Amino acid sequence: MDLETIVKCLDLKVFSGFDKLKTEVLDGYTGDLLSDVMANSKEGDIWMTRQVHQNIIAVASLKDHAGVILVHGADPANDTLEKALKENIPLLGTGLSGFEIAGRIYNIIKGKKEITAQNP
Amino acid sequence: MITVLDVHEKPIFESSYTVQGGNFDEAGKVASQIKVILKKLGLQTDVVRKAALVAYESEINIVSYARKGTINISITPQRVKIETIDEGHGIPDIELAMQEGYSTADAKIREMGFGAGMGLCNIKKFSDQFQITSEIGIGTHLKMIILIENGA
Repeated sequence: MDLETIVKCLDLKVFSGFDKLKTEVLDGYTGDLLSDVMANSKEGDIWMTRQVHQNIIAVASLKDHAGVILVHGADPANDTLEKALKENIPLLGTGLSGFEIAGRIYNIIKGKKEITAQNP
Repeated sequence: MITVLDVHEKPIFESSYTVQGGNFDEAGKVASQIKVILKKLGLQTDVVRKAALVAYESEINIVSYARKGTINISITPQRVKIETIDEGHGIPDIELAMQEGYSTADAKIREMGFGAGMGLCNIKKFSDQFQITSEIGIGTHLKMIILIENGA
């Protein structure tokens, strides 16, 4: 599943990384504690967070995330956006809460099978 | 324990970086540079992943708690060594500081999602060898080794 499909399905706002929307999303991670995200997220994850300061770009870049989604209608801070554009990291936004967006993305990338298996 | 691995191995790469305390705008920059170097050297993904995390958390610790610090990196075919030496308050109780969840971070640091008391634990967890020493009023010295299996 690539970023573009997720962006279209969930009507996400794209702040940066416009030419990287073909990036494959392997999995997802939610978290606002940067050490937690550093330790437990993986390459290819789409990271959902409410943090908007520029250090999230360093984390996403170090972890090779597929992209970052700012939840609950949050806009990136100016320096965050600048950094994301400069480093060409896909920074996305949604009006949904972290819970809602994580659930939807889970369904899109891997949940469908499990859910239909439980509720045939 | 760490010295054993240091014997007469000529580094294939060595460098030193200065980190300013309190400068969150630049936080993570050194770790990013280190990651680029490790990737260029063609080290295994796992080694790069661990070293990037260790470098990042060490860098954040300097930014969060020290006046300034130095990060040294040295790579041999057998291991990546990351060493940080900071000028700061030092850690009064290392055992306590190593406990997950324990933190002396102020509100500003916590608001940014740092200071959750996970940094040192993660550094230790992701290193194959870890050494910490600290002197009150002088600073803290971390030494981490990440082994490269079967050589680079």
